[in-house]
Amino acid sequence: MARVTLLYFAKVREAIGLDREDVDLPDHVTTPAALADWLSGRGPAYAAALADRARLRCALDQHMAPFDAPLGEAREIAFFPPVTGG
Amino acid sequence: MKQVSVQSADFDAGAALDALGREGAGAVASFVGLVRGDGGLSAMTLEHYPAMTQTALDSLADEAASRWPLSGFIVIHRVGRLVPGDRIVLVATASAHRAAALEACTFLIDRLKTDAPFWKKEEFDDGTTRWVDARESDTAAATRWG
Repeated sequence: MARVTLLYFAKVREAIGLDREDVDLPDHVTTPAALADWLSGRGPAYAAALADRARLRCALDQHMAPFDAPLGEAREIAFFPPVTGG
Repeated sequence: MKQVSVQSADFDAGAALDALGREGAGAVASFVGLVRGDGGLSAMTLEHYPAMTQTALDSLADEAASRWPLSGFIVIHRVGRLVPGDRIVLVATASAHRAAALEACTFLIDRLKTDAPFWKKEEFDDGTTRWVDARESDTAAATRWG
C-alpha cells in the first residue's frame, strides 16, 4: 500500500465536498483510471464527481497525466475538470 | 525581462509593455484578457492549483522561448474574485521582429487556456453560480501548435 495525497479542484472539489485527503492505495490501483474507479466505490458523491471521464483530468505530482498513466511513485494526485483559465 | 506571475492583485499592462520595450526589442506583442459583463454576469472567481500553476506557466514560457527568438516575455494571471471589466491575464512577448512576437504571444495564450490549472466560476445577477465549461474551440486552438 502506498500513502498518497489526493487533491480535488473546482466542480470536482464541490461534488466530493473535500479539497484534499490522504489515502492508502490498494495494490491493484496502479493508474488514475483505477484510482477513480476505486474512489467511486466510496460513495455516491465520489461516483458522481468522477463519472464523466471525458470531463475529468488528472495530474500526478503537479504534471498532467492521461488516465492510463502508471501512478508510479507519485505522492500527490489531483482530479479536476478541464481547465478554463485565460 | 522574463516574468511569470500568479497573483490576486491587478497589474498595469502599459507599464509591463513599456518595460519589455525598453530592452531594445523591435517588436512587443500582447494579449489582455478581461472579465466579460454579458449575460447578467456579476462576478467570477478564479480558482487554481497553486503547486502546479507556476510550474505549468514556466514550462509554457520555456517552450515559447525555445520556439521563437524572444528577448523577453511577461505572463501574469490573476486569481480570486473579479468583476466585469477586470483584467484576468496578460501575455506579452518581445522579439526583434513582429512575426515571432505575435506568434509566441498567440501560442502562450492558446496553450495557457488548456494547460494551466485555472478554473472559473461565474456569479450572475439573479444569484446563481456556474462553473465555466472548457470549450472545444480552445482545445482546437491549442492543439494546432503541436
